[in-house]
Amino acid sequence: MSKFWVILSHTYLSKLKSKAFIISTIISLLFVVAVANVQSIIDLFADDEVEQIAVIDESNTLFVPLSTNVEAATDDFELVEFNGTEEEGKEAVINEEYKALLVTTLNDKRLPEASYYANDISDSGNQIQLEQQVQQLKIALATGYSGIDEQELMEINAPVTFQVTALDETAKTEEELNQARGIVYVMLFLLYITVMSYGQLIMTDVANEKSSRVMELLVSSAPAVTHMFAKILGIALLGLTQVGSIIIVGFILIKSKQEEYMGGIFEYLGFQDISPAVYIYAIVFFLLGYLVYATIAAMLGSLVSRVEDAGQMMLPLIFLIMIAFFIAMFGLEAPDSTIVKVTSFIPFFSPMIMFMRVGMLDIPTWEVILSIGILALSILLFAYIGAKVYKGGVLLYGRSSSLKDFKKALALSKKDS
Amino acid sequence: MTLVLNQVTKRFGKDTAVNHLSLKIPEKEMFGFLGGNGAGKTTTFRMILGLLDITEGEISWNGEPINYSKSHLIGYLPEERGLYPKLTVKDQIIYLGKLRGMRKKEIVSELESWLERFKVPEYMNKRVEELSKGNQQKIQFISAVIHKPKLLILDEPFSGLDPVNVEMLKRAVIDLKEQGTSIVFSSHRMEHVEELCEHLCILHKGNPVVQGSLRDIKRSFGKKNLIIHADFELDFLGDESGVVQYKKVAEGCELQIENEDVSQQIFSMLQGKGFIRKFELEEPSLNDIFIEKVGAKYE
Repeated sequence: MSKFWVILSHTYLSKLKSKAFIISTIISLLFVVAVANVQSIIDLFADDEVEQIAVIDESNTLFVPLSTNVEAATDDFELVEFNGTEEEGKEAVINEEYKALLVTTLNDKRLPEASYYANDISDSGNQIQLEQQVQQLKIALATGYSGIDEQELMEINAPVTFQVTALDETAKTEEELNQARGIVYVMLFLLYITVMSYGQLIMTDVANEKSSRVMELLVSSAPAVTHMFAKILGIALLGLTQVGSIIIVGFILIKSKQEEYMGGIFEYLGFQDISPAVYIYAIVFFLLGYLVYATIAAMLGSLVSRVEDAGQMMLPLIFLIMIAFFIAMFGLEAPDSTIVKVTSFIPFFSPMIMFMRVGMLDIPTWEVILSIGILALSILLFAYIGAKVYKGGVLLYGRSSSLKDFKKALALSKKDS
Repeated sequence: MTLVLNQVTKRFGKDTAVNHLSLKIPEKEMFGFLGGNGAGKTTTFRMILGLLDITEGEISWNGEPINYSKSHLIGYLPEERGLYPKLTVKDQIIYLGKLRGMRKKEIVSELESWLERFKVPEYMNKRVEELSKGNQQKIQFISAVIHKPKLLILDEPFSGLDPVNVEMLKRAVIDLKEQGTSIVFSSHRMEHVEELCEHLCILHKGNPVVQGSLRDIKRSFGKKNLIIHADFELDFLGDESGVVQYKKVAEGCELQIENEDVSQQIFSMLQGKGFIRKFELEEPSLNDIFIEKVGAKYE
């Protein structure tokens, strides 16, 4: 077994068995299960009883059409005719026999008016629904008086036809854009979270080996570059395990509740029919994005002597990924702007932003290839510098963690002429 | 399997850490590096291991440069002890052993016999952070020798150990040497080097001050120690020609003399002066040589 695999599997297995990993995975899985069952959980707490709202109909004509409409519109409450005075009605509401009291009258133009009484009016749901129903009743009555028939009324109320068409033939349709937006969202969050958590993991792991001084032993048995990349990939594998287990559990849950969810949030996110090219781009940009940040994290981790200092070193990395994230978010609304175009070629930002452009716009292939090329080259460059710094950095112990150390580490590994 | 350092120099910027060091360490030899703090011992070891690049000169082992393809033949005990605190002794050694090209099965059986030898078989499944410093040192030592290296580099192997454990480790080092391992070790404890090494090198601020076989070094040093215990006053010896140093002790005096002949002059001088209980001519200790060579440089 080559040393690369020894280090990779050690990194992977020792982390996999660690309490922190197991606990965080279990918590994430519980969260996924909870989200998938959110409807059932809400139902669990909701009472099944249909609330009753008392109605005193002073006009004697409004109750029947109103209660029919309410019955058609909602299951949340029903209307009950109340035979008594208004005072008695209010009394009944205070005694919680009814949820609320509605008093309906016809004014001098023979149009309906209503007063709503409830113990508290913070729960505005019922109130708004009732108001709408009364409004509709009013429109129906008013149009009836002025001689407009039902057919005409429906035409008046029908929503306007407003079609959006892109003239550029290759531009994405509105539907495609929504789909792209969905997968871009998911990808952005995934990359953001991955870099934040696993980048941190790499950095603390390297710092840990340095502070326990085991590093000198390690680099004496295997080259620093091998060590660095085995570590980066070992932790990537760990991330895949964690994210993968969450996705698998999520997928199974969704499958089992397909009818419940299909066409809901998934349609909104545009997961139903996306072209395979977008998936391939997603994977390519995700992996490259992870690699570029992971390489820098490992390099920075090799510069600190103590685990406590690792957080400090993480800061620049967090800033970079945050900037990328915000530009990408901004770009979702304005994918054509110059800043988006420019940053989609800058290595730190391109995994997120170029992917967003690919998803949202129809851009020439050479631009994508150029961006991927720049990204890949800069990964190689960072790997080269990283390995140099790593080799020197692991032998460098000191309190400070600054640019000076960076230079010192480089000098340590460099051949003096 | 001879390790050769040829005019090796290491500079960090303007500082010279090791200056034109040339050595030859034959197979089955134990070679000692002596030197104060910052003398360049650890730097030299790191260059031998390839952790640091050499500024000038070259290092070869068996005529070939040392690189990672030979790491399974090399064992290293770094000066700064380092093990994973959270891992068990077993997992730790398995990982480090695999990195030296061993199989898990071999590692476990080797580890068992080493733990047995160091009388700590119960540590197999203990986490390193639970062990005392001295016992961690034993584990560190096992990690350096588990793969039966042909070249073993020990940087201050005995520091922080109690005398019983020092003996135990010394015994292990000697056995390894007899099995054919070339051993290079550094120490600032003269008696360890004196006891274990045939050849040695004293480094001072990167410069090799003295080097060669222990016997030759002592012989060429010339000066001898003379110990006299007598019932009468010996102070007058301090002014004799040929006496380099005079030190009064409770029972008499200890002299450092220029050469053997001086002892004969003193011997005849003392005739008839009174009762002499002890008159002993001694080889200089490494400590004397070290202080003389390195101490002189301080002035």
